[in-house]
Amino acid sequence: MKLAIQTKDFSFTYPKTKEATLKGINIPIYANKVTALIGPSGCGKSTLLRSCNRIHDVYPGNSYDGEILLYDNNGEKAENILQYKKENDLINLRQRIGMIFQKPTPFPMSIKDNITYGLKLSGIKNKTELLDRTEIALKGAALWEEVKDRLNNSAMGLSGGQQQRLCIARAVALKPQVLLFDEPTSALDPISTASIEALISELKNELTVLIVTHNMQQASRISDYTGFMYLGDLVEYDVTETIFLNPKEKKTEDYITGRFG
Amino acid sequence: MLFNRFFRGLSHTSAWLVLTILFAIIIVLFHYSKSAIGDFGFFHFITNSKWIVGNDGNGGNFGGLIPILGTFLSSLIAMVFAIPIAMGIAIFLTEIAPEFLKAPVGIAVELLAAIPSIIYGMWGLFYFGPLLQSWFGGQSNSLLTAGVVLGIMVIPFMAALSRDAMNTTPSVLVESAYSMGATRYEVIKDIVFPFAKKGIIGSVILSLGRALGETMAVAFLIGGVFRFPDSLTSATISIPVLIANNFGEAGNLQLSAMFYMALILFIISFFTITIAKFYFLRKTD
Repeated sequence: MKLAIQTKDFSFTYPKTKEATLKGINIPIYANKVTALIGPSGCGKSTLLRSCNRIHDVYPGNSYDGEILLYDNNGEKAENILQYKKENDLINLRQRIGMIFQKPTPFPMSIKDNITYGLKLSGIKNKTELLDRTEIALKGAALWEEVKDRLNNSAMGLSGGQQQRLCIARAVALKPQVLLFDEPTSALDPISTASIEALISELKNELTVLIVTHNMQQASRISDYTGFMYLGDLVEYDVTETIFLNPKEKKTEDYITGRFG
Repeated sequence: MLFNRFFRGLSHTSAWLVLTILFAIIIVLFHYSKSAIGDFGFFHFITNSKWIVGNDGNGGNFGGLIPILGTFLSSLIAMVFAIPIAMGIAIFLTEIAPEFLKAPVGIAVELLAAIPSIIYGMWGLFYFGPLLQSWFGGQSNSLLTAGVVLGIMVIPFMAALSRDAMNTTPSVLVESAYSMGATRYEVIKDIVFPFAKKGIIGSVILSLGRALGETMAVAFLIGGVFRFPDSLTSATISIPVLIANNFGEAGNLQLSAMFYMALILFIISFFTITIAKFYFLRKTD
């Protein structure tokens, strides 16, 4: 199996705190699979996710330790993304590793401009290419039929579920290797949640998914691998089925069965 | 129960008091300016550039063109000067400044806003006006000096309001732009600015309202002469300065003409503030 990302003894400390929030995490993220991170609030799962595209760097004063290796498409050559210093390297990284947030975050512009925003940033100017890529991305996010007649309307007018699919389309349009999902359905109703989950299962044909979720049923439905985190440690990592049916650690079992968390 | 009714009555009275004062001001302005309105009409008054006191001290030929122009032009210069600098400060404070600089610079901006306008006036009169004169020629007390100092005066106000508007941009929106590979400049240009646009426009209009009505600093700096400004560096007069300078010795009709000017200033400021409120209150679609 090909690797997409691998962390090695990765630790992370927020500014003005003494204790590390993540302590020596080693987790493999396999290419074209869905890996879920579960665990109670404050366990560090979002912190780990947000380290993978260095979005922490938007705020000053964080410190990273260890390595996060990002592999190329063949799963052979890897670079340690924590060594990136220049803004340009971070921009390239973020175009390779997209991110979807808890709440839908459409930009205050039209539906079409939302999709083409990242494409234009990456230097594509040709209008037909932009339009084609918009259509492909919206189809990929199962949103095309709903919005094809109002591409120039404001994205703020879409429903919550549509907005979240727009955000996925926007990220997919850049053809990233990896998509990070930070509890993407926590603000959505069950029907929209189902459509996002279906979409995530589709997406893994083309890219790698790392998803943080509070919802254990969701993790068991959509993921191939699951990592259980607790107080900044990766307690257990395995094939999703094993984690949910045969956990090795007592802590994992307690959490899965709802005894705490 | 009694207490309840007492407070209800008190808060009602307070609220109505504001409206009463507003209407009282309009009525008084209108009442005293009636004879000037009768004599000069509206269009004739605002297009007449003369301000001549009659021989007996009571009559005369009064027109508002020059002070209206002086008010607008000095405020316009103030805005042209203040907007880029205020936006720079606001962007610096919200997106660029490191944490340890945000608080001191923010406090400095608020302190600037608290300086009484007469101090700006004196500073402009003794230092800044001569400096501008040595650069651009003309007179040291001029439209330009008044406008630029007015601009400096409203910068803190405008910067603070714009900063607050920009701070309302949700951090996830900013993060998601970064996560698309945007640079800091692109995030500010494409996300923060459009998101805070209405608040920023509101801050500009509110600042304009302050600049239009400012008396003390402008009285020091605009020259106070009733003359058509043929260049930026020539002295002229604005509505508040005209009123402040001539109130003491004015005869009946001149007094009425000044009330008329005050009424016009009131209407101008009232409309500016109304537009600002309209922008502030309007919901994003």
